[in-house]
Amino acid sequence: MKNFKKYLFWFANDHVDFRLSEIESIVSLLKTTIKWKEKPTIKPYWIAELPSEDVVKEIARRSVSLKHITELWAWSSTIENLHEQVRKFSDDHLIQCPDLHQISFKFNVEVYCNTQKYSEKVSKIETFNYLPFKGRVNLNNPDITLTYIEYFGNDPNKVPEKPYHLFFGKMIAKSQRKSISDLSLKNRIFIGNTSMDAELSLIMANCAKVTDGDLVYDPFVGSGSLLVAAAYFGGYVFGVDIDYLMIHGRTKPTRKQARDKPRKNESVLANMKQYGLESHYLDVLVGDSSLPIWRPELRLDAIITDPPYGIREATEKIGTSKERQNSSSICNSETKFPSKVIYSFHQILFDLFYFSAAHLKLNGRLVTWIPVYRDDYDEDHYIPQHPCFTLISNCEQIISRVLSRRLLTFEKTKEPTAEELENFEISDSGFREKYFSYKHGRDLVSN
Amino acid sequence: MLTSRCLKGVVTGYPLGIVAKEIKIQESEFNKDFITRLIPKLDWNVFWSTAKQIGYEGSLTQQIIADYENNENFLKDVHHALVEVDIFEGELICPETNRKFPITDGIPNMLIKDNEL
Ligand SMILES: C[S@@+](CC[C@H](N)C(=O)[O-])C[C@H]1O[C@@H](n2cnc3c(N)ncnc32)[C@H](O)[C@@H]1O
Repeated sequence: MKNFKKYLFWFANDHVDFRLSEIESIVSLLKTTIKWKEKPTIKPYWIAELPSEDVVKEIARRSVSLKHITELWAWSSTIENLHEQVRKFSDDHLIQCPDLHQISFKFNVEVYCNTQKYSEKVSKIETFNYLPFKGRVNLNNPDITLTYIEYFGNDPNKVPEKPYHLFFGKMIAKSQRKSISDLSLKNRIFIGNTSMDAELSLIMANCAKVTDGDLVYDPFVGSGSLLVAAAYFGGYVFGVDIDYLMIHGRTKPTRKQARDKPRKNESVLANMKQYGLESHYLDVLVGDSSLPIWRPELRLDAIITDPPYGIREATEKIGTSKERQNSSSICNSETKFPSKVIYSFHQILFDLFYFSAAHLKLNGRLVTWIPVYRDDYDEDHYIPQHPCFTLISNCEQIISRVLSRRLLTFEKTKEPTAEELENFEISDSGFREKYFSYKHGRDLVSN
Repeated sequence: MLTSRCLKGVVTGYPLGIVAKEIKIQESEFNKDFITRLIPKLDWNVFWSTAKQIGYEGSLTQQIIADYENNENFLKDVHHALVEVDIFEGELICPETNRKFPITDGIPNMLIKDNEL
């Protein structure tokens, strides 16, 4: 039996709850398997066995929660033992390498939950001077990067004298985190007040397993932040939004400093062009996602969306005059927009599942957010269930003491029968009603 | 692939008619795989007649050719008509009610009035 190498997955310290979902989705997309030597926890490192270095590189190339993946040469809870292992590894595997004097290298020293001075870092590096690398140090483009990590636990209030764990190895690949700054909202041409930040958008595209040539749809497209991430991973993207002014880049500017400047050419397409992704842009249109606008034959590879919760943006759909009596915004005759009624979150989820059951390909994924009133959360009431969908993951992002939102990843595991297409139930968490009674009752508002 | 099914009383609402007042060509990278995968999802007849109507059918024919997977020129023409030709100003027209949906700045507006529901 082949002896798989062990790899250290080293994570960035944010969106901890999203890591497993992202990595498992990538592993599934790559149709490979991963064997955890240590079960993934909230610690920033996981250890896994993987079939090949190519797979390791592919995982790192997609992940934004990871910082890097390192081939483990040694790990231990004491520094003495770590050195013993590194020496042994060196004797067994390194010294016979023919071109040791040519290989350029650098050290990457990381300390988790503690600090280090530059001088400390240098002296740590010197303790490894028995390694047989005799080539040049090259900080910018070395042949090999050696990783040394000291892990002082997860609690900044209880930092121990000595690290709990130490790791040493060869870095195989850096992650895709660079794209978080490349696609940052700060420099994006067109954003709205509910644009999703680049990191979460990329995580969503990973959860949706978006890959080259996929057809990806967002029924609540807004400024298209989710489509940017999907296109970045090779998807061909399109979406719909009810807000005409938003889609045409004519709402009030979101950026403070830009309030007085006239805005030009702001659109989802402009964003795509900004990142050189315009060949992946199919269409954005103004429409109401509670109504069918696509022909029944349309088949999508993935649906990723952030539906309106009615906290920061209006939840709207086109209403009939009967419903209009309790409508929130009345038709503005000047711009000839139809009148709109409140679109309950319950109804939004119902429509989203109805649409997804009809249009998602088999095994395609639906990735969406739901708002959650934290005190009140329980999976049975909040998480939608549908006979054709399997919940793959459920990750929480805490927004305030009372509110969080959860990213849900579903896979369509069955084509609906005519019956299942029309008759299914989505339990009603009554989120919006609760939120507003809470808000009015105690006047405690989230961001 | 758009339909006007959202209109009251329209059962199929498809295919939508099209009026192009201003057409822009958005150059875009050709991805053979994507186009090959997309073709079986298209209603070829409708796609072809729409492309022809606005004058961008190129070498495409009313009957889809056999083994198009291997015909790079054919795939490129589909790519051009489907992805690069962008109707910047125009209208989509519902075949059953003649309801017009305006296209402005390349973005179709499928919103309807409440009495049309
Ligand atoms: C949370 S925002 C999504 C923001 C988006 N991810 C972005 O990048 O800007 C929800 C969007 O849903 C839109 N919306 C609300 N009701 C809708 C409806 N019935 N049909 C389509 N879009 C709707 C709103 O105009 C808003 O832009």
